[in-house]
Amino acid sequence: MYGSGILLILVLVLFADWQKIGRSFFQLDIAREMWPRVLTIAARNTALYTAFAFLFGLVLALALALMKLSTIKPYRWFASAYIELFRGLPALITIILVGFGLPLAFGWRIPGGTLGKGTIGLGIVAAAYMAETIRAGIQAVPRGQMEAARSLGMSPGTAMIYIILPQAFRIIIPPLTNELVLLIKDTSLLFVLGTTPVSKELTKFARDAMAQRINATPLTVVALVYLAITLPMTYLVRRLERKTEAEKR
Amino acid sequence: MTDYSIEIRDLHKYFGDLEVLRGIDAVVRTGEVVCVIGPSGSGKSTLLRCVNLLEEPTSGSILIEGEDITGPDADVDGLRTRIGMVFQQFNLFPHLTVLRNLRIAQRKVLRRDVAEADEVARAMLERVGLSDKVDEHPSRLSGGQQQRVAIARALCMNPDMMLFDEPTSALDPELIGEVLDVMRELAKEGMTMLVVTHEMGFALHVADRVIFMDDGVIVEEGPPAEVLRNPVHERTRRFLRALDAE
Repeated sequence: MYGSGILLILVLVLFADWQKIGRSFFQLDIAREMWPRVLTIAARNTALYTAFAFLFGLVLALALALMKLSTIKPYRWFASAYIELFRGLPALITIILVGFGLPLAFGWRIPGGTLGKGTIGLGIVAAAYMAETIRAGIQAVPRGQMEAARSLGMSPGTAMIYIILPQAFRIIIPPLTNELVLLIKDTSLLFVLGTTPVSKELTKFARDAMAQRINATPLTVVALVYLAITLPMTYLVRRLERKTEAEKR
Repeated sequence: MTDYSIEIRDLHKYFGDLEVLRGIDAVVRTGEVVCVIGPSGSGKSTLLRCVNLLEEPTSGSILIEGEDITGPDADVDGLRTRIGMVFQQFNLFPHLTVLRNLRIAQRKVLRRDVAEADEVARAMLERVGLSDKVDEHPSRLSGGQQQRVAIARALCMNPDMMLFDEPTSALDPELIGEVLDVMRELAKEGMTMLVVTHEMGFALHVADRVIFMDDGVIVEEGPPAEVLRNPVHERTRRFLRALDAE
């Protein structure tokens, strides 16, 4: 197995058309042309869409998680239905729904352009995933914590805010950071909203540059930018996970 | 005002189909220390947890200082500030320092300002002999120290009475003494206490009255010397013999 793997790589390296690959993917002048807009516009927009969608999604997810844990049945039903619906649909469908479906059907225009539509579309989807993470985090806090808080006279809300959630969030920071990484990549779906030159995020920026120069180098450039953001974050997640593991012992 | 801190009348509690409490009648007079003993599964912890409504009674009534707390419009949160509770597993808040553990309910429930809350907290920590641990996190303390902090935390609310749910059962043997000492001091100062425990020495020397429970009912109760030395019922005798054999 091992030997045949090495052989395969060797064959690929020997017979690949390196000149062609270099011409298509690694043209320095094209890369230089993209500079600095790839950072000042594209990466900045990707970061902006991610941050807003994450914050909006987090607030929504917290509400959904609390509803899912509520003693009131209709709340639980609503939260379950929401989570199943938006996890079951492709994110692209939800984004199209927010960007075009709702304006078409009801004449609702979501303000804020790509940022507004993107925040809501992506946030709605992210909330469905994060709600389950937060719910699991809340349930991972030992029952005695709520009992101790209540026995001191705290209301359920006060106990949740000051005793349970701080402990739950400590538990779920690693999985939430993972959600954030997924969200960074999902901002590439926002191209369907038909972004203007100033609202392009990384993927759209690359596609437009490719079409203009009939060359694949822009793809390499934005791939490197994506990795420069996501790799440190996944590394951070692993460190955080190891730290929480160590604290448990 | 009645001189009963706690009155329990015909209390029944079901978990699903299982009847854990099968008609309990009991009182704790103000200033009295009552120990509840009995085999595990006898319902003694459930009884204690019903007193501050951590468990909801299925039927029957509980009066705290003459006020029925089992009614639909009882002020549960307000009631709980008058009843301190100490748990087997301590249940300190691990994300907060000792001082903040003692401060938080004073701030959020009693609305005391920080200065007052901290003053009370420090006084209570001194009372349990842990003044030097104010800024530690609970995980850095021994089990005995954690339980003493938990007692101090409950005392910060100035409760009229204290409930103890097997406060020494999770402790290493050498750490039990320091917790019992704190409880003994508290009893001496006149605190009303209802204590579920397996510490027969504590029950014998500190309690005013001992209640023996088995299978969801009170089998017998009376002065500790009588119940523990001269039990009337065969079930009590069997339980105490089994303890001695350990």
